[in-house]
Amino acid sequence: MKIPLSWLREFVVLPKNISIDAIVAGFVKVGFEVEGVENPAASIRGPLVVGRVESIEELTGLKKPIRYVGLNCGEKQTRYVICGASNFSIGDYVVIALPGAVLPGNFAISARETYGKTSNGMICSARELGLGDDHNGIIVLNEKNLKVGSPALAVLGADDPIIDIAVNPDRGYAMSIRGAARELAMALGVPFKDVNAKSLISNLEKKKKRGKSVPVMITDKTGADRIYLRSLTNVNPLSPTPAWMSRRLTQAGMRPISLAVDITNYVMLELGQPLHAFDAAKIAGTLRVQRAGKFKDLVTLDNQKRKLSSDDLLIADDKKPLALAGTMGGLDSEVTEFTVSIALEAAHFDSVSIARNSRRHILSSEASRRFERGVDPELAELASARAALLLIENAGATYVGTSSKITPLKKRSMTVSAVEISELIGTVYSDKEVQKALTAIGCAVRKSGKKWFVGLPSWRPDLNDLPDIAEEVARYFGYDRIPSVLPEVKISKNGRSGLTALQQRKRAFALKLAHRGLVEVHNYPFVSEEQMKLFGFTGDRAKTFKIANPMSDEFPYLRTHLTPGLLSAAARNLARGEKSVALFELGSIFRDISKLNPAGEISTSKRPTPAQIKKIYDSVPKQALHIGGVIAGEISNSGWWGKGRSAEWSDAVDLAAELIAETGNAFTISNVELAPWHPGRCAEFRVNNQPVAHAGEIHPRVSAALGLPERTVAFVVIIDALPFTSSIQATPVNTMPAAIQDISLFVDEKVSAAEVESALIVGAGELLESIHLFDRFQKPGESQVSLAFSLIFRASDRTLTSDEVSELRAAAGAEATKRCGAVIRS
Amino acid sequence: MSLDNAEVDRIKSEALAAIASAASLDQLREVRIAHVGDRSPIARLNQGLGQLPVEERAAMGKVIGTARANINQAFDDREKTLTAERDSKVLIEERVDVTLPTNRNPRGALHPLTILSHEISDLFVGMGYTVQEGPELEASWLNFDALNIPADHPARTMQDTFFIEPLSSGLVMRTHTSPVQIRTMLEHEPPIYVICPGRTYRADELDATHTPVFNQVEGLVIDKGITMAHLKGTLDHFASQMFGPGVTTRIRPSFFPFTEPSAEVDFFYNGRWIEWGGCGMVNRRVLQACGVDTDVYTGFAFGMGLERTLMVRHGISDMHDIVEGDVRFSKQFGTGTR
Repeated sequence: MKIPLSWLREFVVLPKNISIDAIVAGFVKVGFEVEGVENPAASIRGPLVVGRVESIEELTGLKKPIRYVGLNCGEKQTRYVICGASNFSIGDYVVIALPGAVLPGNFAISARETYGKTSNGMICSARELGLGDDHNGIIVLNEKNLKVGSPALAVLGADDPIIDIAVNPDRGYAMSIRGAARELAMALGVPFKDVNAKSLISNLEKKKKRGKSVPVMITDKTGADRIYLRSLTNVNPLSPTPAWMSRRLTQAGMRPISLAVDITNYVMLELGQPLHAFDAAKIAGTLRVQRAGKFKDLVTLDNQKRKLSSDDLLIADDKKPLALAGTMGGLDSEVTEFTVSIALEAAHFDSVSIARNSRRHILSSEASRRFERGVDPELAELASARAALLLIENAGATYVGTSSKITPLKKRSMTVSAVEISELIGTVYSDKEVQKALTAIGCAVRKSGKKWFVGLPSWRPDLNDLPDIAEEVARYFGYDRIPSVLPEVKISKNGRSGLTALQQRKRAFALKLAHRGLVEVHNYPFVSEEQMKLFGFTGDRAKTFKIANPMSDEFPYLRTHLTPGLLSAAARNLARGEKSVALFELGSIFRDISKLNPAGEISTSKRPTPAQIKKIYDSVPKQALHIGGVIAGEISNSGWWGKGRSAEWSDAVDLAAELIAETGNAFTISNVELAPWHPGRCAEFRVNNQPVAHAGEIHPRVSAALGLPERTVAFVVIIDALPFTSSIQATPVNTMPAAIQDISLFVDEKVSAAEVESALIVGAGELLESIHLFDRFQKPGESQVSLAFSLIFRASDRTLTSDEVSELRAAAGAEATKRCGAVIRS
Repeated sequence: MSLDNAEVDRIKSEALAAIASAASLDQLREVRIAHVGDRSPIARLNQGLGQLPVEERAAMGKVIGTARANINQAFDDREKTLTAERDSKVLIEERVDVTLPTNRNPRGALHPLTILSHEISDLFVGMGYTVQEGPELEASWLNFDALNIPADHPARTMQDTFFIEPLSSGLVMRTHTSPVQIRTMLEHEPPIYVICPGRTYRADELDATHTPVFNQVEGLVIDKGITMAHLKGTLDHFASQMFGPGVTTRIRPSFFPFTEPSAEVDFFYNGRWIEWGGCGMVNRRVLQACGVDTDVYTGFAFGMGLERTLMVRHGISDMHDIVEGDVRFSKQFGTGTR
C-alpha cells in the first residue's frame, strides 16, 4: 500500500523534521515491511519554478520542431529557453529548471548557446524530473491559482515522499491511510488524529433535502451484516476531479477516472471502506445483497462477461444483477457522463463470500482484497457519509437520504492478565504496560479482578485469544525487549535421538558416490511428455502425476524416475565444455500407481480421529526415495600416463552393487530388459527377491537423442526398498593357511556367470572362503564361453591337505556341470 | 710356514686391508672368498693347530679365533656401508617429478545444499533435536488446513501453490516443510524438539533470487513453559553457528497463519540486516488441530530458506548456479570437509 507522507500527516502528529528513515523504522517495528520509498524530490536540487508561457517562436530549417519560448518566471525580465516539445501554448503554466538546478541522473542545468539562441534553463517533462515515464511532452500544469516563480516541486506534489508498506492478511484495517497512521502513531509514540465520525455524519444529515432515496435489502444475511445506500441527485456529471485528489490517487497507484469513481476510491484509500457509486437511474426498485441464484451472467466494469455461479454474492435490483458484491461493479449500472443521480453503496460483506467471488472469477480488486482481509463493520456509515459530502462539495450534488439495513454489532471482549502475557513472551510486562499497549491499539481496557477486561476494537477481527493480545503488547514495546534464552532440550517420549538409519544411509550413499568421483545435482522433478516418450517408460514408470498449473506447459509432469533429469544435466555439462561427466542425484520420485482417495473435509477444530488421520495419510501417494547416477565419457582420466578408460556398463553395475553392499544386504543380479537401458545391458538387483536397483548402459537411442556419448551408463538404487539389516555379529578372523585352487570351464553363452558362480559355491561347500572370476573369453563366432575362477578354501581348525582341496574343487566343478552344463577344462 | 702369533697377525692384517679397500659389493664378494670364507688363510690356520704341542694348542686356538672374529666384524661393517651406499645411489636414480598431475580419478562432490542441510541437522541433533522428513507431494489438509490456512483465507493465495490434477485429489506440492510439523505432532506426544529440512515448491519464476523448487529447514519445539525468549535464543545460536560467532538476530512483528505471535527474523551480517525467515509461537489452532493440550503446552516454530542461507554465506549471487547442476559450481565445495 502506497502512502503519501502528506496524507499520513493528516492522521498522525509527526514531528516536523522527522526523517523518512525514522518513519520506515517505525513501520518495521510494528510489523509492516516497507517495500520502497519514492521520493522524487530527493534527487532534484536547485531552482525549479512555475512559469507562464508568454511567447513562442517556432525555429525553422531544423530536422525537428524546436521552439524558442519566452517565459514569465516572476522575474523582472522574460526568460528565454529552447524547447523541443510542442504540447503547450501561450498562457500555459509549465515547470522550468533554472541554471544551477540538478535533475535526477546528475543532469546539471546551465545557460547555453543552442540553435543560435541562448537557452536560460529547461522546460521539464515528467521523465526528466523522475516523476514518471511520460516523455511525450513537457508537463503542463492544470492547477488553479498558480503563482509564477513559485517552487514547482510543491505544485507537482513531488516534495511528498511515498512510503510503500506491505500489509499482512491479518491487518485489513491497515490497508488505509487512517489504519496505517494508527500503527505509525503507536510505533513512534505520537498522537493519532482520528476522524470525527459523529460530526461528519451529522454534517451530512444537515444537508438533507426532500427526495426519495433508493430502497435497500439484505436478502442473504450470510453475505452481509450491514449496508448503507446514500442517494444523491443533481449531480453535475462533468465536474472535474480536484487536482489534489487526482494527485493523491496517482501517488497511491490508482488511476483517476471520473469524479464519482475517484471519490469512492479516495475514501477507500483513506478509511479502508470499499464503496460503489451506482447510477441510481439504472436501479429498478430495491437494491439487494443476494446470491446469484438464477442470474446467469454479468458484464463487469472491465468489460468482461462473467458467467455467474449460483453462490456468487451480488448486488442486484428487482430485475437484474448490478455488481459482483465487494469485488467489481457492473458495466450497465456504472456512473457515466450522463449520470445525475447516484446511489452510494457501502456495506460490510462476509469476507469468505468475497474471497470466493474473487477466486471464482479470478478477479482480485482493491475492494476484494480489503474485504477478504476484513473491513471494520462500523466503517460503512462513516465512509459513505464522507464520500457523499465530497460529492456535494465537488459535483454540486443534493443529498436526498439514506436507506440502510443494519445488524447490531456484538461487542467483542476478553480478559487477560499481564502474567499470562509475560509467560508466553518470556519477559515481564507490568499491569500498567499491558493497559498502555492495549489502549494504544484502540481497546477499551478496565480492571476486572486480577485481570484486564479488554473491549476489542471493531476493526480488529484478528484479536481472538491470549496470543493475539500478547502479540499486541510485545509489538507495542518492541520485540527487541524479548531476551535470548536457549531451551533445555528434552529427549522425545519414544526415546529416539540422533539421525535415523535412513538418514544415515542417505548420507553414506551420497558421500560414497562423491568419493567415487560423482558430482551431486538437484534437478527439478518436472518432466515433459517428450521426455517420457524418449525414455520409453512403461508400466509404473509411465504413470505420472500432472501439475494443474505448471511453471512451463512443456514440463507439466512429475518425474517417475531420476534418469531424465540426470541425463539432461549431463548433456548440459557436456554442452558447456566438460569432456566427461559423472553425476548423481538423491530424491523422491512420483508414480500414480495407487487409487487416489481424497481425505475430504476434515475439521481442524480438534485432533482428527485415528480413522481420519489414516484417511489423510492414505490420501498421499507413496513417494519412493531413489539415488541414481550417470557417467558419460571417461570414468578415469586421460593424462601424461596414457589414455583414460571410458565408462562401461559394469561401472554402473558396480556402483549400484557397492551401495547395496554398504547396507549389508545380500543380493542377486540378473539381466533384464528395462527402459531407458540398453535391452541387453541392464542388470536388475534383487534383495529378498524384490527389485532394489537397476544399472547398465543407457539405450543408444536415448543417449544419441540427448547428445550424450555412446556407452553412457546409469544406475538407480531404490533407497527405501533396501531392508535395514540387523546389527552385525562379528565372525572371528581365521588364521589357518588358505589353499588356492583355480578352475576353468566352458559353458554356453546363454548361461550367466552368476549362475556358474552359484553352482560352484554350492558344490565347494562350507570350506570355501571366497570365489573370484579372473578370466573370461569367447572366441568370435563360438557359442561357448570360457570362465576361470579362483577358489580360496580355508578350515578354521586345521591346514587343508592337497587331496582334500582337490576333492573340494572337483565337487565344485561337478555341481557346475550338473546345473549349468559346464565342461571342466582343467 | 710356522704357526705363531706373527703369522696370525699377518693374515689378519692382509684380510682387514683387503676388506677396507673393497670399493663395491662385487669386490667385497671376491674379498670374502679370498679372506673370509672357509678356504681363506685364516680358516686354514686351524688345520695347523694339530702340529703344535698339546699345551700350546688352546692358547693359539684362542688367538686365531679372535683374529677371525675381527675379520668377520670388519667384513660385516664394510658390507653394511657398501650396501647403504649402493641403496642410496639407486634411490637417487629413481627420483621422479612429483609435481606431475596425478588425477587419474575424477573428483566428485556433494551439492552445497546437501552439505548445508547436513551441517544444520548435525547442529540441532547435537542439541538433542531429531530430524523429521515427509513427502513432497502432500495432502492439502496437512499443508494448509491444519496450519490454520482455511480454503478461503487470503493467506492460502500468498503461497503460489502447484496443484495436482485432478484438483479433487486434494494433493499439492508442499509449499513449505510445515506439513512435516503437523505429521510430527500427530505422530508424537510432546516434548517435541525437531527440525524438518526438505524440498518445497512455489510457482515462482526462476531468476537470480527465486526458484520454483527450493529447500527449507523448519524447527518445531513443543514443551511446557516454552516462550518467545526460547525462540530468540535458539535463533541466535543457529545464526552464530551458520554465519560466525557474534552474529545476532533481530525479530520483528509479522504475520503467519500458523504462528501467533509471529515474527520475521533477520541476522546482522557484513554490516547489514538480512532477512532470514519467519517464526513465532505455534498458533493454538494448529496445536488444537493436532490434539496438543494448549493448557499445558506452548511451542515455537521457525523456518528459513536454505538457498538464501547458502547464498549469503558463500557469496553466491545467482540462483541459476544452485539449480542448474553445473559440476563446476558444486566442485568448489567438495564434500564440505574443511
